[in-house]
Formats: sequence, structure tokens, C-alpha cells
Amino acid sequence: MTAALRFDPIRLPEKCEQLRKEVRAFLAEEIAAGTFDPHAPNREDNDAPEFSRRVGAKGWLGMTWPKKYGGQERSFLERYVVTEEMRVANAPTRRFFVADRQSGPVLLKYAPEHIKMDILPRICRGEVCFAIGMSEPNSGSDLFAAKTRATKTDGGYLVNGTKIWTSSAHIADYMIAIFRTSAPTKENRRHGLTQFLVKMKQPGIQVNPIGQITGQFEFNEVVFTDYFVPDDHVLGEVDGAWKQATSELAYERSGPERFLETYYVLTELVRAVGKNPDTRSAEGIGRLVAQVHTMRRMSVSVAGMLQAGKEPVVEASIVKDIGTVWEQQLPHRVRDLAAFVEETATNRETLEKQLDFAIKTAPKLTIQGGTTEVLRGIIARGLGLR
Amino acid sequence: MAESENIVAETAEKIFADLADAQTINHDKKGAWKAPLWQALTEAGLPLSWVPDDLGGSGASLAEGFSVLNVAGRHAIAVPLAETMLAGWLLTQGKIASPEGEMTIVPASPKDRVTLNADGSLTGRARGVPFAKDAKHFAVLASGKDGISIALVDAAKCRIESGIGLGGDHNDTVTLDKVQPVTTKPAPKGFDQTTLMLMGGVVRSLQIAGALEAMLDISVRYSNERVAFEKKISKFQAVQHNLARLAGENAAALAAATSAADTIVNAKSLDNDAVFLEAAAAKIRCSEAAENGSGIAHQVHGAIGFTIEHILHRYSLRALAWRDDFGSESHWAVELGKLVADRGADELWPLVASR
Repeated sequence: MTAALRFDPIRLPEKCEQLRKEVRAFLAEEIAAGTFDPHAPNREDNDAPEFSRRVGAKGWLGMTWPKKYGGQERSFLERYVVTEEMRVANAPTRRFFVADRQSGPVLLKYAPEHIKMDILPRICRGEVCFAIGMSEPNSGSDLFAAKTRATKTDGGYLVNGTKIWTSSAHIADYMIAIFRTSAPTKENRRHGLTQFLVKMKQPGIQVNPIGQITGQFEFNEVVFTDYFVPDDHVLGEVDGAWKQATSELAYERSGPERFLETYYVLTELVRAVGKNPDTRSAEGIGRLVAQVHTMRRMSVSVAGMLQAGKEPVVEASIVKDIGTVWEQQLPHRVRDLAAFVEETATNRETLEKQLDFAIKTAPKLTIQGGTTEVLRGIIARGLGLR
Repeated sequence: MAESENIVAETAEKIFADLADAQTINHDKKGAWKAPLWQALTEAGLPLSWVPDDLGGSGASLAEGFSVLNVAGRHAIAVPLAETMLAGWLLTQGKIASPEGEMTIVPASPKDRVTLNADGSLTGRARGVPFAKDAKHFAVLASGKDGISIALVDAAKCRIESGIGLGGDHNDTVTLDKVQPVTTKPAPKGFDQTTLMLMGGVVRSLQIAGALEAMLDISVRYSNERVAFEKKISKFQAVQHNLARLAGENAAALAAATSAADTIVNAKSLDNDAVFLEAAAAKIRCSEAAENGSGIAHQVHGAIGFTIEHILHRYSLRALAWRDDFGSESHWAVELGKLVADRGADELWPLVASR
């Protein structure tokens, strides 16, 4: 057999269910207090810094990290539960989500001890927001074409160039970015990029917001002009950033956020259809529920395999590929079914508003964090085709 | 499930490799391979995997039996192994001993009903019964005035209108006209036709997942051999992306089917929402994967895959045919949709998250 895909039927352990209850109770309180509206996923004004701190106070940020850095040393499956409950409730996670999922683990692995001691506990307390500086005006999926230069100077580097499509850069305290420290070699075009920790809100950095088709200003252009990064902010090997993108990418690809981004429209459709759906609505809903259940079982399976120390790189890419395509199509399928919802359905207006926003959101889902095309390339490599 | 999970599945794998090689079978127009294969399966105790020793079976666990079915799907086995296993399982629910030989299940669709008459005889008509023509006995689920019963019926006493299904296997209409069963016992409490259809659906889901794995395997191999425009077609990005999507469909089917099987293995009773969601979702998603995946496998193979000489159709057409047994994806989608609507919007996520 060329392909040996594995999706073990992993279940969340019993202790996760207690945690789930706690997360649901916490979110219900926040909703009751008016922190956010679970029916309105598009609140662009809601960075919710206080909410972020309260989530941190619960111990739900950096929850898998060592205690000495403020973590809880809990499992990835427990983190999974927190993530999915927040996502389904449309909680405002923007301020902490990137740091918790991605930036923190990179720091844990590559930052010097004094930086870990400084920053990781603040992530865990929900005090700092991270952005990721990968794309540039002329390099997106082709990461290794990045040109923004970090030139060696006394005690550090001087950075010049532009990052783009950088989500949350306008509110971020830090960015983890890749800059060019050397030219690529003939043998290895991936050589010459280095990962850096960048402190935002400093001289030499200009953040220009970019409007999106949703009407939001979530991503930005970030221009560096002789921006100074000290030596101890190098993360990992100089010129060797390409070696560092290994298994942690699997966590990034296969989480609940990769298929639940537009889930709210399904809930609202079920509400609009009511207790006695006609055959068409029932069949449509049944198929969508079967699909989301399957996606979740795949995603939990990958989380479980990662927790067990395995590296299901192909499986994780598959989860993101079919998960993001699914969440992209979901608002359109719900729209099909909503065409026959009774005029009298009390949530009709909510559903229409949500569909409008979800349909506008949909195009980005198969682009951000690795396009469908890149993912299929990774899967094809796993199948032995490249 | 690339490597076999247990000794029972390993035994099955070995028998299929030795006696059911797809290439050999495909060229054997007379079906001479069938008898030795069935004999080997019987000697290994596989058809009655789910029947305990005291009822005439080999007493394998539910989990072992499920993994045999996944392996059987990978080999697109054209003998009634899955059907006999399921029939043995049904008879065991009624504490009825299983006879030797091929069996199948009546009814095999949620639409058909068999009635237990006051005189103990059975009446009803069941369409789309897989391998009825090859079976010596039927395991029958019937409803009567005292509730649901399970019966063992001699196939020779029924009228069988022979048919051939999409996959090329027997798919027949069985009519029972006041047929006296060999044995009848009451079904356990809470066991009804929905339970049987859900279990049958999980069996078919595992087979579809297995067939998709085989389709992915032979499609990847073919793309690495076939040359067009002076290079292997596996080097074309369009082909790579199609195969990546086929892997995705295989993955979804495997995850849905093994999750549903695992749910049944660990269920205290089959009469609950968890079993319903998992089994219905598996049948729906695996059937969708059968359509999406077999389409890609054929596209990658081009004209050669459309020939009777090539083995691809053994997997693709069976995967498509299995969609129809024990309730199609449309049937289960309506049932699942009704359940979700009845519980209400705010109970949907708790239901999904409970698994």
C-alpha cells in the first residue's frame, strides 16, 4: 500500500468534559454580561482585552506549557475543548489566539530563557497579542521568496522591507517574523531566512491597515525602516528558518478553527427551520451535520495522535484541506436551504445577516495559513507523488 | 488501518491475498475462485466472527469483526462475508444458533417490512437483498403483535427474484409468503429495524472506506507508471491535486467509519443518540466519499479504468453499490436532520461535541 492514512477513533478523555462545562459556564456569564454577542461573529470593534485577561486568569491560555512559564501542563486534548467551545460561541479570541496556538510554542522551542521567562507568562495571563510576519508583497505561498532584509549590525540586526496581510498587527505587541539574513544558495533556495521576535510599537515600524471585503480592517501592511532587533531576539538558527517548520505546523493546521469558522450559520438554520422540517431541509441539515461530525472526528483524531507524540503531517494537512473547503461552502449550502424558511421564522433577520457575513468571509478560509494548493502539494508529497 | 489491527484481521488479509487476488478474480469469468475462498474463510471462522462459541461461531470481538470488514472492503470481496457476519450477529441478538454456510439479512432496506403472523409464519417482501441467491439461510427481522422478533429462515422456502446490483454481485428480491422459520425468538428490548439498519450501515461504511483505500493505492501507483506528454502523470499538479482530494475522501470515510464502529464496540446499548449520530453520519459521509472518490480514481485512470479488464471497477462500482444497502445516504440524512431539528438549534453543538 502506498498510502497509510491513520485516523484512530480517539475520544476526548473524561476530564475534558468537566473542563467543557467550566468553559461553557464562563462563556455564558460573559455573554450575559454583554462582553460579546454569540449571534454576531463580525464585531470588528471587539478586541476584548479584558476578556482576554479573564480567559488567562482561568488558566486557559498556554495551558499545555510548563508551569514555570505560566502554563498548566495540561494536554492538547484539553486545549482542544477550550478552543472549540470558544469558536462555536463566537467568543472574541483574536487578541490571544495566535499567541496561544502558534507564537508561544515557537518561543518555547527557540527563544532564550530570559525571553521565555519575560513573555510566556504574559501570554498566559492574556496580556499580549501576537502577529505572524510571513507574507510580503511579492511572496505569499512561496515563503522562501521573502526579501525583507535583516542586516547584521552591532549587537543585532537592522530590518528593512515590508510584510503584508499581517492579521492583528495593528493591535499586536509582538510579531514572529522571518527575514532574509543571507542570499539563498544554489543547492538550497530555502537557505538564508531567519526567524525573529519583533517588538511592535517601536520606532522603525509603521503599521498601515488594509480594508477587507468583509468591511473589517483585520490585516495590515507592516513597513520596517532601519528597525533594530537585538541579537537575543533571533529564534533558532541563523539562515536556518526552513528547518524549524516541522511538526508544530500540524497543530496549526488541524484544530477546530479549521472547520468551525462559519459554523454559526448551521445553528441558526436549524433554529429557523424549527421542529418539523420538510424533507428537503431535513436532508440538507442531516448531510451537513454528518459532515461536521466527520470533520471533528478527524480533527480530534489528529490532536490525539499529536498528543501521543506522533507526527501525522499528511493527516493534519488533509484536515485543513477538507475542513476549510467545507467551512467555505457551508454558508452557500445553508443559503440554499434557507430559501424555503418561513417568512415568520423569528430569527430570519439574524440568519440573513450571518449569511451575508459568512459569505463575505468564505473566500479567505482556503487562503489564510497555507492555501488549498499548498496543502494539496504537501498531501501529494506524502502520497509519494513529488 | 493500513496495517492489520489484530490477528483476526491479519488472517483475513492473508486469505484474501492468497485466494482473492483482484487481477486473478477479474480474469476468472467462471467464478472458480469463489468456493476455495469461502472454504478458507469458513475454516478460519470468519463468516461467524460475531457468533459466540455456544451458538456455533468463532466468538471474535465486535472490534475484530469490524476490522475484518475494513480489510474485506480493501479487497472488494465478492462473497457474502459481510452479510453472513451481520446475519450471525443478528441471530445472536435473538440467541439463535447460526447454521453453517452463506447467509444474508432480510430486510436490507429501512423501507421493507417482514411481518410475523399469528401462526408463527412470516410474510413480506424485501428488495435489494445482497447475495440472497447465494445464501442458504436468511436472518430475518420481523414485527408482529407482540413486538419485534428475530428468525432464522431456510432460503429454499422463499421466492427469490434474482438481480445483479451495481457492483456486479447478487442483489435480489426476497418474498416470504407465510414461510415457517426454522427458529423464532423475541428481539432484545429496544432492538428494532433501525438498530439493524444502523449496524448494517456501519458494516457498509467500513467496506466503502476499505475500497477507497484500495482505489487511492492503485490510482497513486498508476499515476507513477503512466507517461503522458513525456512525463509521469503523477508529476502534473492537476493530477497531484486530484489524488490529494481522493486521499481526503479516503480519510473522511475511514475516520467516520472507524469512529462509528468504535462507538458500537463501546456502547452499552445500541438504542441511543450517540450510536444514531455516529452510524448515520458514517453511512452519509462514506457514501458521499464513495461518489467523490471513485470519480477521481476513474479520472486518474482514464480510458483503461473504464475497461472490464482493469480491476478498478471492482472497487469503484462496489463502493457506489454499497451506498444503497441498509438505507442510502439520503435516507439517513433525512432521519438525522429530523433528530437534530427535533432537539433544537441549541442542542446541536452539544450533540456533536459529545462524540
